[in-house]
Amino acid sequence: MIARIVGEAIVLLTRFLVGGHGRWRGVEPVGAQRIYFANHASHLDTIIMWAALPAHLRETTHPVAAADYWGKGALQRFIALKVLNAVLVERAKSKDPLAPLRDALEAGGSLIIFPEGTRRMEPLPGEFKAGLYHLAKGFPDVELVPVYLTNLARAFPKGAFVPAPISCVAHYGAPIALEVGEDKAEFLARARGAVIELSGEQE
Amino acid sequence: MNPTMVTLFGGVFALLAFASIVGFVLSRRVKSENGIATVSNLNARIKAWWMMIAIFAVAFYFGSGVTIVLFALTSFYCLREFLSITPTRAEDHGATVAAFYLFIPLQYWLIWTDWQSLFAILIPVWAFLLLPLLAVLKGETEEFLTRSSRIQWALMLNVFCISHAPALLLLDIPGFEENFLLLFFLIAVVQLSDVLQYVFGKLFGKHKVAPRVSPAKTWEGLIGGGLSASAIGASLFWITPFSPLEAGLLALTIVFAGFAGGLVLSAVKRSLGAKDWGTMIEGHGGALDRMDSVSFAAPVFFHLTNYFFAL
Repeated sequence: MIARIVGEAIVLLTRFLVGGHGRWRGVEPVGAQRIYFANHASHLDTIIMWAALPAHLRETTHPVAAADYWGKGALQRFIALKVLNAVLVERAKSKDPLAPLRDALEAGGSLIIFPEGTRRMEPLPGEFKAGLYHLAKGFPDVELVPVYLTNLARAFPKGAFVPAPISCVAHYGAPIALEVGEDKAEFLARARGAVIELSGEQE
Repeated sequence: MNPTMVTLFGGVFALLAFASIVGFVLSRRVKSENGIATVSNLNARIKAWWMMIAIFAVAFYFGSGVTIVLFALTSFYCLREFLSITPTRAEDHGATVAAFYLFIPLQYWLIWTDWQSLFAILIPVWAFLLLPLLAVLKGETEEFLTRSSRIQWALMLNVFCISHAPALLLLDIPGFEENFLLLFFLIAVVQLSDVLQYVFGKLFGKHKVAPRVSPAKTWEGLIGGGLSASAIGASLFWITPFSPLEAGLLALTIVFAGFAGGLVLSAVKRSLGAKDWGTMIEGHGGALDRMDSVSFAAPVFFHLTNYFFAL
């Protein structure tokens, strides 16, 4: 109940300050099992990606968030786990950081991931880490949807305390899939290219 | 709400009801593909007008506090639209945050507390000095002048200029108490001028005023729409402290200032590679697409009225 109210409040505040609307360019907002992968510019990304989804998709979609930030305080933990339905990962310590992601996919949920692993100040994403490849290989039936987030680095750059009200939009592209015989580096470069391509299409 | 205001809003509602009927009839009649697009855009605009007028009526009903908050929110949305398509950098975050969370509330609070002298210099002087200081602390010198100018420009236009509309409530005009009517006069003339220029342009427009900057603006639209809006302004003299001639001349000035605002902001928009400022109001584009003419007309009308009529 409280989580629901807090969730609504977060969506309202997000709309008021930064918009956080989704533009479904290459794919429709339907309930297929998916991994949304996006560029990463700020801690707001998790919230914006979540708020940009229609309400019925939010219930089954889990943002993957860093435990060292979202698991820290009681409030962050509450928002991450109860409101956003996030899956927390230990970036450094864990032997198999992908285990909680696999669990969520096996339970039928969708995921939101940031394959760069770290936030960047530049508008275009950096190199992707291998996690996306391993998930694509382990779950060939899950759609891989590239997402480009605009303006995030300007709205809430690293080290900032409050977000500036600059409107941020999530652009959803056409799904990609791991091809037969495609190696890790090729696939990751192609996935990154799909996100970059969306950045050129923004209005 | 006083009786004059009730009459005025009654008139506006009647006008909109008429426009809605015309829009409905047109949507039944028009067959060509181009015509259908124009009429559905027209109907979207009329629908959005109902919404905007309703918001205005509510604000006026509740008085100056709510009206000031309404304009503060308008500034907020316009500034958000402006900065969203202006390429600021992450290093401008401090200045941007100050513009939104410090200068918008402060500027409108000064109207609320009737502090006209500080209201007039807060953004041209204090923000002008403070914002580049916040930016320079980040130590990034690339494009520093351009970046500082963008934020100052955005703040001047969307906050300073627009705040001159509700600031009309501050003016102390001998023998005239109903300053809300001045605000109504300004908004009515600006928006009617926009609408009538659009209508005259669609009906008779041939010669473009500035084809590269704003292809929709024609001489026929400007002259036909501008003169009719000025005539309506003159006929509204009875709600203002002005004589019919004064009201007509001020309305004409508002029309020209509004036209200039539309033209200048269109050039800014195009220099940023956009067609509309946003998608907030269906059929109209963004909030700033509706406020562009107000941003130029409000300070001009405020200062002329202040100089010639106020204490």
